[in-house]
Amino acid sequence: MNARAQARPELDTILAFADDELVLGWRDSEWTGIAPFLEEDVAFSSIAQGEIGHARALYELAAAELGTDADALAFDRSPVEYRCSPLVELRLVQDWALTVARHWLYETADSVRVAALKESDWAELAGLAAKMDREEAYHRMHAQMWADRLRASSERERFEAAVEELWPAALGLLEGDQRARLCELVGREPVEAIGRDEHTDELAPLWEEMTMVRRSVPGAAW
Amino acid sequence: MVTAERVWEALAEVPDPEIPVISLVDLGVVRDVEVEDGRVRVEFTPTFLGCPAVDVMRDRMEEAVRKLGGEPQIDVVLDDSWSTDRITPAGREKLRESGFAPPAPREAAGPTLVQIQSHAFRCPYCGSTDTRLENIFGPTPCRSIRWCAGCRQPFEQFKTI
Repeated sequence: MNARAQARPELDTILAFADDELVLGWRDSEWTGIAPFLEEDVAFSSIAQGEIGHARALYELAAAELGTDADALAFDRSPVEYRCSPLVELRLVQDWALTVARHWLYETADSVRVAALKESDWAELAGLAAKMDREEAYHRMHAQMWADRLRASSERERFEAAVEELWPAALGLLEGDQRARLCELVGREPVEAIGRDEHTDELAPLWEEMTMVRRSVPGAAW
Repeated sequence: MVTAERVWEALAEVPDPEIPVISLVDLGVVRDVEVEDGRVRVEFTPTFLGCPAVDVMRDRMEEAVRKLGGEPQIDVVLDDSWSTDRITPAGREKLRESGFAPPAPREAAGPTLVQIQSHAFRCPYCGSTDTRLENIFGPTPCRSIRWCAGCRQPFEQFKTI
């Protein structure tokens, strides 16, 4: 696997991106049925479906290079092999301020990452990123609408504290120049970023749940 | 003898699994058809990457090609070639008649929050433009929910992609 991974320098980025989208999609889906109101039940469920669809497409692209398949990449690795950011691992159900803060920070960072991938020399990756960008536009609008709404509400301070708390991990979603771009977009100063080197304690229980079927029946497809 | 023209005709009869009033050809997801010695290659782009109907679409296209006596090969292309601007005029009319407001044309910079919160969207039931956004997201990834103040009911608005 590693030898072939050398062939495409983008593979590391793609896998990290796919892991982010899969895990965040999983976390978003935890709001299904218990969001503050029905519209948000629908919105977070639909966003979750979108993120997991993007994860699948990215895994498929990586899998074709690595000689495996998307489900194997998504479900057959051990928790330490996942490259997702601590930002997406956090279980935030029941805290709407943190949920909206993560959503807004993640979608903004994601727009920077996707814009860069659209310029990739790898035509399939650039095309896929452009397709994802069309869909992500609606995630961004939803995130912005909620960030604006909470900032204009009596919960403003709580929301800003949530953004402050998550900011180091949000910055760690990106590398290099892309971090400066994110600072610009969200109007925040750079801090020491929390990168992808270590997982939070919240990944393991999520992984247990997410991979249960594949671990019970190796190779299961559904 | 299976020909590209007959394949296009057959695919124009394959309904979208989630919005069966419109066919896959109306939806603009069939990008190319090539026929050689009875082998039929169909190039197809899904609407949304997370669309769960993709596998059903593929199966139904295969079935339609086999009925013509062809051997199908459906290639799913995940590039940037599909936009709601590819929905045919006939497809847009079928959507409207069935209570789905067809998508607005896509502008170069793509849709914005200001645009989708505007009153420019027409209710498919009564034709009023006195409508407002209820939810950016709806029952499938491709639809939003709007409320019509004219006839006082919600309707589904196809997102511009």
